Formats: sequence, C-alpha cells, structure tokens
Amino acid sequence: MFVLARLLPGDPVSAMLGDRATDATVDRLTAQLGLDQSIPVQLLQFLGGAVQGRFGDSIAYHIPVTQLIADRLPATLTLTGLSMVIALVLAVPLAFVAALQADRWPDLIIRGVFQVGLSTPIFYVGLLLLTVFAAWLGLFPVGGYGDTVLEHLWHLFLPALTLAFSFAAVLMRSLRGAILSVLNAEFVDFARAKGIRQRLILFRHVLRNALIATVSLIGLNVGSLLGGAVITESVFAVPGVGRLMVDSIFARDYPVIQALTLALAVLVSLAFLLTDIVQMALDPRVGR
Amino acid sequence: MSLTVRDLRVVFHTGRGLVWAVDGVDLDVGPGEVVGLVGESGSGKSVTLRAIARLLHSHADTTGQVRWRGQELLTLSEPAMEQIRGGQIGMVFQEPMAALNPVLSIGLQIDEVLVAHTDLDAKARRRRALELLDQVGIAAGAARLGQFAHEFSGGMRQRAMIAIALAANPQLLLADEPTTALDVTIQDQILRLLLRLKDELGMALLLVTHDLGVVAETCDRVAVMYAGRICETGTVRDVFRKPHHAYTQALLRAMPSENTGEDFDEHARLVPIPGMAPRLDAPSPGCAFTPRCTVTEPRCGVERPVLLVEGDRTSACYARDRL
Repeated sequence: MFVLARLLPGDPVSAMLGDRATDATVDRLTAQLGLDQSIPVQLLQFLGGAVQGRFGDSIAYHIPVTQLIADRLPATLTLTGLSMVIALVLAVPLAFVAALQADRWPDLIIRGVFQVGLSTPIFYVGLLLLTVFAAWLGLFPVGGYGDTVLEHLWHLFLPALTLAFSFAAVLMRSLRGAILSVLNAEFVDFARAKGIRQRLILFRHVLRNALIATVSLIGLNVGSLLGGAVITESVFAVPGVGRLMVDSIFARDYPVIQALTLALAVLVSLAFLLTDIVQMALDPRVGR
Repeated sequence: MSLTVRDLRVVFHTGRGLVWAVDGVDLDVGPGEVVGLVGESGSGKSVTLRAIARLLHSHADTTGQVRWRGQELLTLSEPAMEQIRGGQIGMVFQEPMAALNPVLSIGLQIDEVLVAHTDLDAKARRRRALELLDQVGIAAGAARLGQFAHEFSGGMRQRAMIAIALAANPQLLLADEPTTALDVTIQDQILRLLLRLKDELGMALLLVTHDLGVVAETCDRVAVMYAGRICETGTVRDVFRKPHHAYTQALLRAMPSENTGEDFDEHARLVPIPGMAPRLDAPSPGCAFTPRCTVTEPRCGVERPVLLVEGDRTSACYARDRL
C-alpha cells in the first residue's frame, strides 16, 4: 500500500500547487514533506512513527491524521453497524420463510428479489433509494450526517439500507441453505419426537445451528461492507472514512492513505476476532 | 391392544418416482409387551416406526390406521399429536450423536420434554432430570446436566437419549435400532437397561432392529418385515423354533445359533441369503422374496400370499407347510 500509493502517477506537491508553481517552490515543499527521500527510507520513517502512534499531519487538511480519522470514523462505523443490523433483520426471517417454503412461490419470490439486489450495483441502489425516499417522498434527508445520535441514525438509514441490500442477499442465501440442511438433521426429528412446539424447534434447535454456519460469513463480509461504504458515503455525502479515503487518494495525501489503510485492517481483524467470540458463545464444541 | 396398526402404507415421492417403503403393515403391541420388528436395511421397519409417530416429512404419503388407546393417530391434529409424542409415546433413535442437538446442554434437552408434558416448576423439573439420569445409570447427574452431547461417550449418549424419551413417563417406547451404533458390550448394557425400565415403568416397547440376537434376548413377540410388508408374526419362541415364512427361515439360517438361546443345532453352518434386497420403486405383484427364495413355487411371483391368522401367529407364505 505504501509503495503502491507512491507509484501512482502524480504527487501531492503538484496536486497542491497546481501547474504554474516554480521549481523552487516544488522542491521546497517536497523536502518539507520528506518526499525527497527514497521510498525505503520513507517507509522506515513511517513505520518508526506508526509504532509510536505518530502518523503525521494530513498534507491536504493540515491537521494530525489521527484526529482526522477519529473525526470521520464514527460515521462509517455507525453506517456499517446499522447496515449489518438491517441486513440481519431482513435476512433472518426471510431465510426462515424461504427455507420452510422451499421451492414454493414465497421462496422463489424472496430469492428472486434478493438475486436482483445482489446483481444491482451499490451506487445504483443508492441513487434509486435516494430518488424515491428522499427526493420524491421526502421521508429521509438527501445527504449529510446530522448533529445528534438520532439525527445520525435518521441520516444514515438510507445509505445503510443501500449497503445492507447486497449483504442481506448473501446472508439470506447462506442462512436459507443452512436452515434447509439443519431441518434434515436427525436431531430435529428427535426434537419433534419429544412433542415440543414447532416454534421452539425452529428457534431453539434449528436457528442456533444454522447461525453457527453463517456467523463466519458475517465476519468475512465486514471487509466488503467497509468497501461498499466508500461508494455509499460518496452517493449520500456522508462524512465518513470511505469518502476520506477516496479524497485522500485523489489528493495523494500519503499519510492519510497509510494510516487509514492500517486502521481499516485493524477493524477487519477486530471483526474476525468478534466473529470467533460469537461463534464460541453459540457452539459449545468450539474452544474451551 | 394399546397400539393397533392396520394396513399402514407409506409412499415416498422422490425425484425418480414413487417408492413404496411400507406396503400394508399390520402390527399389534399390547400393554407392557415387548415386540420386535425385524428386517434388513431398507425393509421399511424404521419408516413404519416413524409413520406411527407421524415424524415423516411432507414428501411421504401415509395411509392406513394407527390406533393408540382408541384414538386414531393419523388423522389427529398436530397439537394433539404433539401431546402424544414424547408424552404417551416416547422414542429412541439409532444414532445418539446425531439425534441429540450438539449445541444444547443435555439438561435443557431433558427439560424441554418436561416443560411440554408436565406442570412441574423449574425446581421440580431439575429434580426429575436428576432422577432420570440416575435411573438410566448416568452418575454425577448434577454435573452432567450442563454438559453437551460431545462430552458424553457413545453409551452415555444413548443413556441420555433414553432419559429424554422416558422423561414424561410414556406408556409406549418406540426404539429405532437403539443399540446398532454401539459396541457389543455396551449394546448388552443398553438392552438390559431398556428391559429393566420397561418393567419398572410398566410400558410397552416396540423395538426395531436388524439383529435377531437382540430379538431373541429381549422380545416377547416378533414381526418379520421384508420389502415393506410383514412376512410373519408370532411369539419369539414359536417363530424361532419353526418359522412360517421362507424369509424368516433364511434369516435364521444366516445367524449364528448361540445368539438365539434356543435349542438350535450348534454345528449348523451359516447359510447366507443369495441376491440383493428388492427395489421398492417397482413392487412385484407376488411375494417380494421370490427372487431370493429357495422354496419358491410358480404362483409366488405372480400372486401375493395373504397374511393368514392362526392362533397368535400370522404368516404370508405359500411354502409355510413345507418349511
């Protein structure tokens, strides 16, 4: 990532100063930013700073990178978190209906709708929702982030829904398959032989086992959810790290790109860790 | 009779057409009686058991009569059937590892039966669960209640499943090959346990098995099944001593004799049954055993022998008197 950003044609100095800057100005700014050093030396300098928690200042915004990211991260975390909740709320009941009605019309409709959702690009879904719910119906704001927590949630609902759509599709498909295979398990027949209620069998015996197979998928999808946030944040003008990333790449804002990449990598690893912990809680055969 | 099955038929709708898994089964189980349902794999014995408890999935069509203490089970509403399942009729499966839910504690799996079929409060249910574990020979019950199936040994798992099946004091226990997945010494322990509990609780037992040795050791009466039909029924003593169906005779000759515990010739050689189990997707008009039978006569393949009642025995074989 470090090298890749520097291999991109263009550099932050010309991006800042434009075409008409004198060579002397360019040289002075380049030296000031430490970009006159060789790439390996720059890398060592970056790593040396990173282990001490120093990531330098943003070239474009002139404020510390850590502060910049800390300002923008909550919006993205709320967005991905909210979209995950929406995806689960959509996927779990619909997966149940689809599995119990397998190959009958409710199943076909649910799978059809999600298939369309899965194959529609995120930005298109976003624009569609934006047009219908924000522009025409005026139920939601067109963009921005708001000031209070409630306003945040209200502003982020449409982008989260956009993001949730394809994730819900993946989740629904996987969960439907897992439920179908668990329904055929011997322990479901044994539970029926015990004469306990159908609802109890579904929620206690079936859902729990089906979720174990699906939880790892949720963790793996956090990465792509964050990737999707880049597009959604641009469409809905949400001031999150996704948009910051795009802006920084355009401005060749190396310190921000580097620190943000690191932060996202840590986030994805944390999501994996969380997945493992949830899996341990659901499945007594794991760990202990 | 407490359980009376008449003309029970189960047809499976599969991707490759219909399969007649159970094809007109009659069966009786009296109070406190142990009845063995024997047959080889694919003979329809397990399907019969599951059809009685109405556990078959929607791709199976079940017709006929299953009368349990004067009530017709096949037409009963699902909630009423739930009351009977696990309440009056308990069930034990073949593979405890597959039949116990891997992510729920054994205690919870016992408890949910008690919640469904008794009015006991949480404290009393826990006491009852401990008592059940003790009854089936699981020591240190209090610690075991919080454990999961994978923390139990094979024999202990089967004991736990029996405890679950007996939780609500059923009057009939349907046991589907309860010892097949266990090694021989454990098999014996489990069979003894089942017989002891049957006597203690005064329940009847319908035992599905492919093992004639198990039948000889445990059952009062036996029904022999082949290709979805009953070949013959009778007391274990009568059937083992003088089979009335060519298939039963062939089965007995294929079995080591010391297992029977009867006055069998110890030096007789084992005679395997030639051929393969019949296909159930195209039933023959005659007796299904004809292609593998050594005492067949011309009408066997074209005309199905009817089940003849003779005292407390029934049989469906033209060669009955020549066996």
